[in-house]
Amino acid sequence: MIFNFPFIAVAALIIVGLYAVVFRKNLIKMIIGITIIESGVNLFLITLGYREGSIAPIYTSSPGGIMSLPVPQALTLTSIVIGVAVLALMLSLVIHIYRHYNTLDVRKIGGGEE
Amino acid sequence: MSGMSKIVKTITNVAIPFILIYGIYVIAHGHLTPGGGFQGGAVVASGLVMIMVAYGSVWTMEKIKEKNLSMLESLGAFCFILLAFLGLVFGSVFFNNYLVGSNSLFGTVPAAGSGLADISTAGIIPLMNFAVGLKVIAGLFAIVLVMAYAITKKEAKE
Amino acid sequence: MDKRSIAAVLSFSVVAVFFIFTVLLMHPFGAPDSTAMDDDIISNAQTETGANNAVTSVVFDYRGFDTLGEATVLFTAVAGVVMLFRRLKK
Repeated sequence: MIFNFPFIAVAALIIVGLYAVVFRKNLIKMIIGITIIESGVNLFLITLGYREGSIAPIYTSSPGGIMSLPVPQALTLTSIVIGVAVLALMLSLVIHIYRHYNTLDVRKIGGGEE
Repeated sequence: MSGMSKIVKTITNVAIPFILIYGIYVIAHGHLTPGGGFQGGAVVASGLVMIMVAYGSVWTMEKIKEKNLSMLESLGAFCFILLAFLGLVFGSVFFNNYLVGSNSLFGTVPAAGSGLADISTAGIIPLMNFAVGLKVIAGLFAIVLVMAYAITKKEAKE
Repeated sequence: MDKRSIAAVLSFSVVAVFFIFTVLLMHPFGAPDSTAMDDDIISNAQTETGANNAVTSVVFDYRGFDTLGEATVLFTAVAGVVMLFRRLKK
């Protein structure tokens, strides 16, 4: 019944985020698209390390049985923190752009048309 | 931004000790239960942001200057690197876990298989959890406070 | 402008088709391919590091350099945000 359903959810998240980055002209919507792509990548990292019918890899009062892989979970922690740091820097740059140009449309900021 | 009404401030005063104790519990038991430095630090930073939303960012910035937050974050990062260098001094490699197996503070080795939790295990991992937790708390709260304070100054200027 | 929008639609559809093909060719959910390193970590984590939590021992002991890099990225982001909102105080 499961049949690769988390992998299909990862592909859907990345495609929706990529659509928001490529086809929308508002700066805030593009930043939201980048955050959605990041959520899809984190879900993919966790989904790679699951074994059928396993429990969490913790030994304190554990009921016994096979355990899922701990290394992808550790890499996902690092990825989430880096996503938060990049989002903070992007948002502060958008505040400065709005203060300077008074608009959030990507067609009107920058050097102009070529 | 300005603060909110008296009901919000009273509920914040009641709920803050529970949030802070839960966050420090998650940081301190990182080697026994799910959690650790990053997760507990995010919980405590969310509680501090709740204080800032209820009382206003101007009042919070006057009580807590951003110099103190920068100093706390640098202290956390410095303690983390100091613990890694002490592994080079006492052991033989960088990041060596030199407290496991000795008879000092965090020295005992737990029995193999599932068992009850003993807090004085796992070498230098609890100390590293505290250093990283302090760094994450100060860093995340400084980001939100600086952004919220800068917006009020901009509204007043133009 | 018309050529630019046609190029955008074409490249987006190529990337989307590649993603859908990759998802249908992945290994079945619940049976990872090679687990030799993780089995080694799970069986030796309690005696070598002394921690009951295998994920924390991987983050701080077996892969401590990744945590050091992540702490540096967080410190750089906070320094950048505080620097961007600093104004000359009179």
